[in-house]
Amino acid sequence: MALDQSFVGRTYPPTEPYEVGREKIREFAEAVGDTNPAYTDAEAAKALGHPDVIAPPTFVFSITFKAAGQVVHDPQLGLDYSRVVHGDQKFAYRRPVRAGDRLTVTSTIEAIKSLAGNDILDIRGEVHDEAGEHVVTAWTKLVARAAEEA
Amino acid sequence: MTAKISYSDVEVGTELPAQTFPVTRATLVRYAGASGDFNPIHWNEKFAREVGLPDVIAHGMFTMAEAIRVVTDWAGDPGAVVEYGVRFTKPVVVPNDEQGAVIEVGGKVAAKLDDNTVRVDLTVTSAGQKVLGMSRAVVRLA
Repeated sequence: MALDQSFVGRTYPPTEPYEVGREKIREFAEAVGDTNPAYTDAEAAKALGHPDVIAPPTFVFSITFKAAGQVVHDPQLGLDYSRVVHGDQKFAYRRPVRAGDRLTVTSTIEAIKSLAGNDILDIRGEVHDEAGEHVVTAWTKLVARAAEEA
Repeated sequence: MTAKISYSDVEVGTELPAQTFPVTRATLVRYAGASGDFNPIHWNEKFAREVGLPDVIAHGMFTMAEAIRVVTDWAGDPGAVVEYGVRFTKPVVVPNDEQGAVIEVGGKVAAKLDDNTVRVDLTVTSAGQKVLGMSRAVVRLA
């Protein structure tokens, strides 16, 4: 059944702050095999003009996707999460995420579409730091595939 | 934020050094831990087949993380990336052997924009198939 269009524009409360740690950034950079010293060496990051080590561009997804769980698991919305696949992902950065950041995410449902029985959900996550400054916006498109006919 | 490539040194069509990124089952287990995405389609063959996949597949976000390295390695400063977006078009199937799969990434400057930024269009394939579509980044050069 198609999702309720009245959820378009709904904004969920900001998440509790996520504190970005140096070792978590290192772990992520190692997991993607990226040896750029800006991820692990504070001096190298400072030489590029950053106050501390920065995170790889896609690191923030772990935080925004967890926040999008508020939407995905909203019982009133009624999305069948077992049928969800990730369709598109986009980020717009004001500045890179860095060690020491305490980030909150505010998720908004930007669009709901129904196409050939699939539900398509666009979620925007606005990420702010402790000072309230915007850091990055993440757009996540989720597709809930139509259930097969019984 | 100091990219090591100068805006004035690039033109539309400038190619970035292409790279290939191997991915094995061990890579996926490690990425699952680092990212917190423990969906069993990325490590459990039985589960993957039950939901209609040919085999275990790589996390789309893993592929997205590898693809942008062609841009960040070129620019020098990963903090120079202003925008980055992809469409997940086909999964990267990762067989349970030593070789695993290989993600091949190329990029070229598609447009010169304002404020010393350029748009880079990426081509991302595995086993001859395009796995990311509309894969684009905007990066601020020196």
